[in-house]
Amino acid sequence: MNILVLLKMVPDVVEELKIGDDFKSLDRDWLRFILSESDEHALEQAIILKEKYGGTVTAVAPDAPELDDALYSALAKGADRAFKIIGEWDIYRSPGLAKVFSRFIEINNIMGEQTLILSGSQAIDDLEGEIVYYLAEFLGLPGCCVVTSVQYNPDSNCITLLKEFSGGLRGEFELSLPAVIGIQAAENPPRYIPIAKIRNIMKTQKIEEIEIPVEGIPNGLTIEKLFEPEVTDRAEILEGTPEEVARKLVEIFSDKGII
Amino acid sequence: MIADIESLRGVTLETLYDTPEGRLIKSCIQCGTCAGSCPHGEYMEYPPRRIIKMMQLGLLDKVFDSDSMLKCVNCYACMSKCPREIHLTEVLLQLIKEQTIMRLPVVPQELQKALENSYRYGNPMGESGRKRINWMQNLDVPVRILSQNSQPVDVLWFVESYPSYHPRGQDTARAIAKIFNRLNVDFAILGNEEKSAGECGMLSWESGLAESLVDYNMAIFTKYKFNQLVTSDPHALDAFLYRYKMFGFKAKVTHVIPFLWQYFDKLKPMLINKLHYSVTYHDSCCLGRHNGYYEEPREILKAIPGIKITEMVHNRSNSICCGGGGGGMWLDTYFKSQNIERLSDNRIKEAIETGADVLAVACPYEMPRFEDALKVAGYDGKMVVKDITELILESMED
Ligand code: SF4
Ligand code: SF4
Repeated sequence: MNILVLLKMVPDVVEELKIGDDFKSLDRDWLRFILSESDEHALEQAIILKEKYGGTVTAVAPDAPELDDALYSALAKGADRAFKIIGEWDIYRSPGLAKVFSRFIEINNIMGEQTLILSGSQAIDDLEGEIVYYLAEFLGLPGCCVVTSVQYNPDSNCITLLKEFSGGLRGEFELSLPAVIGIQAAENPPRYIPIAKIRNIMKTQKIEEIEIPVEGIPNGLTIEKLFEPEVTDRAEILEGTPEEVARKLVEIFSDKGII
Repeated sequence: MIADIESLRGVTLETLYDTPEGRLIKSCIQCGTCAGSCPHGEYMEYPPRRIIKMMQLGLLDKVFDSDSMLKCVNCYACMSKCPREIHLTEVLLQLIKEQTIMRLPVVPQELQKALENSYRYGNPMGESGRKRINWMQNLDVPVRILSQNSQPVDVLWFVESYPSYHPRGQDTARAIAKIFNRLNVDFAILGNEEKSAGECGMLSWESGLAESLVDYNMAIFTKYKFNQLVTSDPHALDAFLYRYKMFGFKAKVTHVIPFLWQYFDKLKPMLINKLHYSVTYHDSCCLGRHNGYYEEPREILKAIPGIKITEMVHNRSNSICCGGGGGGMWLDTYFKSQNIERLSDNRIKEAIETGADVLAVACPYEMPRFEDALKVAGYDGKMVVKDITELILESMED
């Protein structure tokens, strides 16, 4: 299998996010970037597939702060190659990034009969999970998102997927390769890589840098203004014995007309 | 009972036999005292004695493939009891543990998060580095931060992660700041520049993580001039005393409690409020067994008017670990899944049996562990956990 995993860095919400002076972007002073969580799962699933069925894993990501750490970690986990697409990408939203990835794939002639492209099914700045479907459309391939299980059948060159729907419903799909899929959760949680291994990879392996032409790439939505969440009433903690708390609770419910 | 750590840098299991440490290991008489004194010994397929046997037989792979060393909480009990004085916890067990972690098919989630967080954020809880000084909010005494005022200082106080971030740890940090001020200690902290000393990496043994944190903190230390380093975390004390030395760290280091002991004559007259507590003291493994500070904490407690000390059955060198060391802090769920009783739950029963109403501690891991264990034991409200520095402050403040 020729496995391509598309990665993206997103703002790390461990740091409190602040809106910048332009009211359109985040304040960069303390902003840190981290690999999008479902991309972590896509990477893990890619490595699992390689371990099960053989082949190679190529990790690709548009440049962003702290991306190198994420790519070295991908190499340490078992990716064979890691590409950084040079450029300033923060104004590009998912449709634009999908175009960037599709150009990367075309320029490097990556597409083959047994190619499977994985990405996270969503990101904190792409809750709709558009990137997979846009990319599938640009490449003329089948696409499927919110995937939680991937099996490959080499004889038919097909993958069998489990896709989650709301309300706990699940559907099984079969796609022939090449295809694009969005991973919601890998079979196993993303693995731990001893830091010594990552530090060693930093010394021995290289991240490949690549440029692609940006003409004609749409940046998708334009942000007009960012807002901080509005503060609503705080939660109230009821104190007392269980009986007292229960009594207060009943009072509140009847005051509000719930019971 | 301390290994010549400096000479061990870069030593692996393959080269261990060629070192003085390896020769010591060869002298093992297979008495099993180590296994017998280990708080998790009964759950280990390969306790220290069997590890040494397997090493002699060239069968260490079997040891790596079991999770025995994941259950080692680095309590130094085996090492302190070994008649051959083999530095089990300091050397051999670490190396075995490193291989164990590397080969685990799945690292327990909480431990994985703690290690990843320590690497990325410099603290195991995954908090923003920017919030490291948040414990100082509402503090009414001055604390100098070296990045804001880099004048040479006598004491560099290495606060560490639990005192910086954990709510009860923060209480301890504030108590220490107030006591240092009362004693006119010339001290300063690194503030947001500080990152975890890396002991959790060393002892759960993750050498790459430990090295990255050592590299980081060592670079920060070179920016400032200080006479000695004092830390509020016995685990950090261990890191500085036994690991940083491999990387050329030379400064004098101590923990807050032995440091305050040096100020005892000045401190004692300040302890004016009578505290009507019956107190039992839990010896932290790093402070007690590993560094021999058994009497200093007790003498300080005794100097507080009104305090009556009662000892637990296991005290001083026989103290039982709270289970937080060696990565145990993040393995509670894992142990539970294997029906292993939490060591803190075990230990709290001994504390309760003394009839004391305060459990005094000197390690920031112990506060959350024992407070939790009290709830589990149904003793919430009947006994409280306090850091020694909190008790000192209570006796000092108007
Ligand atoms: S206590 Fe020391 S001598 Fe005895 S079995 Fe353990 S390591 Fe060997
Ligand atoms: S250090 Fe403590 S937990 Fe680890 S093997 Fe020795 S006695 Fe057991």
